[in-house]
Amino acid sequence: MSNRIDEVIKKVQKEITESDIYRSIYRIPPGDTPRTRLLWILDTVYLHLHPSHVSRHGCKYFFTWGMGGISFLVFLILTFTGVLLMFYYHPDTANAYQDMKYLMHDVPFGPLLRNMHRWAAHLMVITVWLHMLRVFMTGSYKPPRQFNWVVGVCLLTLTMLLSFTGYLLPWDQLGMWAVTVGTNMARATPILGHEGPFGEQLGMTAYNDVRFALLGGSIVAGNALLRAYIWHCIALPLLVGILLMVHFWRVRKDGGISGPKLEG
Amino acid sequence: MWQNIWLIVSKPDNIPIVLMMILVAFYTTVALRLGIKNDRLRRQAASNRASSEFQQGTALQESNGAATVDIFYTPEEMKLPKRVHTFPFLVKVEFLAALVVIVFLMFWSIFLDAPLEEPANPNFTPNPSKAPWYFLGLQELLVYFDPWIAGVVLPTLIIIGLMAIPYLDSQPHKGNGYYTFAERRFAILAFLFGFIGLWVVMVVIGTFMRGPGWMWFWPWERWDPHRVVSETNVDLNQFLANITGIKALATPTASMIIGFLAITLYYALTLGGTYRYAVKKQLPDLQLGLVRFMIKYWFFWTMMAIPIKIILRLVFHIKYIWVTPWFNV
Ligand code: HEM
Repeated sequence: MSNRIDEVIKKVQKEITESDIYRSIYRIPPGDTPRTRLLWILDTVYLHLHPSHVSRHGCKYFFTWGMGGISFLVFLILTFTGVLLMFYYHPDTANAYQDMKYLMHDVPFGPLLRNMHRWAAHLMVITVWLHMLRVFMTGSYKPPRQFNWVVGVCLLTLTMLLSFTGYLLPWDQLGMWAVTVGTNMARATPILGHEGPFGEQLGMTAYNDVRFALLGGSIVAGNALLRAYIWHCIALPLLVGILLMVHFWRVRKDGGISGPKLEG
Repeated sequence: MWQNIWLIVSKPDNIPIVLMMILVAFYTTVALRLGIKNDRLRRQAASNRASSEFQQGTALQESNGAATVDIFYTPEEMKLPKRVHTFPFLVKVEFLAALVVIVFLMFWSIFLDAPLEEPANPNFTPNPSKAPWYFLGLQELLVYFDPWIAGVVLPTLIIIGLMAIPYLDSQPHKGNGYYTFAERRFAILAFLFGFIGLWVVMVVIGTFMRGPGWMWFWPWERWDPHRVVSETNVDLNQFLANITGIKALATPTASMIIGFLAITLYYALTLGGTYRYAVKKQLPDLQLGLVRFMIKYWFFWTMMAIPIKIILRLVFHIKYIWVTPWFNV
């Protein structure tokens, strides 16, 4: 019986992998040979981020904890759910909160969409911290990877800023006051904030200091919501995208996943 | 009591923090254990070589004294070549990890709704008003520092300090690309102290221990918005005036001078002391050159100043070290 099932599965598999359509998509001949293994990496656009060979220990989960990869996956999930959320969201104080209610009650799969974006955002902050912890603990910031660590620190900062700007968008008490508390700190910026050291002496007021620039006003209101929205949906994701390209490029150019120099 | 704890822990926005605590504890333990295991293997290999019983092709597979990452393999996997095909060896693991993460996120999102509170209302300030959880460490430091330090200077120093790490490393060949503890004791302890002691722990305190008025409430205590704590804190110069009985120390001018001296003295003593120690022990850090040596330990001692200030406040009730007309430290 199970033999027969096996046979059927094999046959279906063969039908699929040898069909013109499948072959036109994948370009890779069927079978598991060293050549096809290479082609899977070299000839598929999604996998070509990888080198064709990796060190043996690089494949062990507990060497890298997969945390860089997981951070990237979560970033992709956030981009996907984020774009869908944008279809339902108006960045103005009259609509933003209503849009949330609408998502949670009327949009098909709306709650799943919103929850997933929210929890993935928190998760990404956590996985990026853990990725940094791993990179530190294996000493992978050491030569030749110093610069990639610096790029990583920029990504860490941007990840937290992305999460922070997103917090305001539902325009509820939680987000508004969290962002108020956060941006109030900007008032105290030395020289550039009106309550910071030397700010007042240099002519800073609540209407021209850095906090005003961040919020587009002296309080968290409509302009702040619009600015948070643009940072969150356009400017920061673009920056992160560019830095991720540099990051991955450097992982490859610096010799792949770090490891002890032993060969031999 | 348990009810209260549960109430706090199960608040939807606090779930990620509970998750973070578990994951940080788990992975820190993993990293340290792997490091210690690796160190032991290396010591064994070294002594084996010394007693010339060391045979080529043992499980350790050491060459020229380089550390191994062989702790990861089953005997079966030891037979694999050192470099393997990415497909399927790595892709397989990535695929599995991706599946687990996606399924986990799906379940989380199906069973727990993201919080949505009342519509934003600028006329009603919630008490306490908390920043997003990952910034609560900084908000917690507001208890001990003015906003310009806790909110602006410290975050900037953290970012610059992290970026500077690879350039302030005097032993780049040690522990490069494998888990170890013995070879990088100071680096690892300092990093973990900062990351866990000063960042994660502060986040946890800010989330679970701080109630109305940012006052300390144990998780099992009910939040009482009317609680008043009378606490008299004095500035350093006043503190000195009190214990020495010299009235002149209590004036604003004295405060400016004493504060300046105290901070200058702090850096002079710590940096000078570290340098003397390094010279005495001939530490490799000296190879960084004087400038980089000083920058490295300036960052280190600035980090250590945070717990010191916290202790000064909690134990001696000292509010500011240095009071000037423009800023207070
Ligand atoms: C958006 C956040 C980030 C993403 C998506 C990301 C992604 C990745 C990926 C996929 C790798 C390959 C190895 C692995 O999975 O561990 C990697 C390696 C690396 N990352 Fe990140 N990373 C991020 C943030 C960071 C941060 C915050 C740091 C450090 C402060 C950092 C420093 C490094 C370094 C030095 C390597 C090379 C490690 C090695 O060769 O062992 N990255 N990153």
